[in-house]
Amino acid sequence: MENQITFTRRGVWAGARAALPVALGAGAFGIVFGVLARQTGLSLAEALLMSAIVFAGASQLVALGLWVTPLPVGALILTTLIVNLRHVLMGASLHPWLAKLPRGRIYASLFFMVDESWALTLGSLTGGGGDGAFLLGSGLTLYVFWGTATAIGELAGGLVTDPTQWGLDFAFTAVFLALLVGLWRGKSDLLPWLVAAVVAVAAAQWLPGKWYILLGGLAGSLVGAFRRAD
Amino acid sequence: MQIDPLALLAILGMGAVTYATRIGGFWLLGRVTPTKRVEAWMRAIPGAVLVSLIAPALLAAGVVGFIAAAATVLIAARTHRLLPALVAGVVIVAVARLVFHAG
Repeated sequence: MENQITFTRRGVWAGARAALPVALGAGAFGIVFGVLARQTGLSLAEALLMSAIVFAGASQLVALGLWVTPLPVGALILTTLIVNLRHVLMGASLHPWLAKLPRGRIYASLFFMVDESWALTLGSLTGGGGDGAFLLGSGLTLYVFWGTATAIGELAGGLVTDPTQWGLDFAFTAVFLALLVGLWRGKSDLLPWLVAAVVAVAAAQWLPGKWYILLGGLAGSLVGAFRRAD
Repeated sequence: MQIDPLALLAILGMGAVTYATRIGGFWLLGRVTPTKRVEAWMRAIPGAVLVSLIAPALLAAGVVGFIAAAATVLIAARTHRLLPALVAGVVIVAVARLVFHAG
């Protein structure tokens, strides 16, 4: 599977196009972030800078909840780290494919790895796509939508309606589901996935933020590791 | 258009730790050679992470969510294409919310 990995302009475009439908959902939530950032007292420049440098929706929304005067800088950074720890697992899972590419390209592309671009890239690579630039392309589309939407939200303020009314929140779930279908290898996946689901639901119930992704992912994958290696 | 120095510091710090999480997993695997068991573990990560992303959201979406999810899975399994599956799921949820005010 890790043979003949390339990094081409065509790969960037394929990723950029593939991310468009999900980017609409991400854009809707970028607007929500912009509106909330304005209400929290962030200037347009501050909100845009955060979207451009951090580029991680969930942690940015969590940060708004902590945004008081004087600014708790340490708590903001630590909370962001915890919310985004799931990226470690995602980056590791792409290693078998990306490892043969030049370092600079990998580390530049990884800046744009968010839940959606990771999932789409994984789908492309497991499907034999063979182009590591897919990650950069899909990430760039989401980056542009996220930044633009942040600005729209900040500027438009209260004019924006609830994106959940249009079912756009379900776009994420639908994409993840469709990609999961592509990962199904047989009955041996059943137990790890079931464990992941149970742990994630329990963690989402009792823990704040995005712990549930990390914990569910760890629990399910460890069960998978011990079953397959035996 | 102004940026508070403390806000700038916080944002830069948040960006730094986030980038560290993005490159951390990849970087680590370049340093240590994974054993067979670690390789098996890595192969199991994507599915487990995807399931974890989905499960709580699906539970929260209720009956409408389950119907939309079933349609999405069915179309994805049949067509092996992302877009039709995505559109079906979103349209079902949107229609249900607009017409029945459900979900």
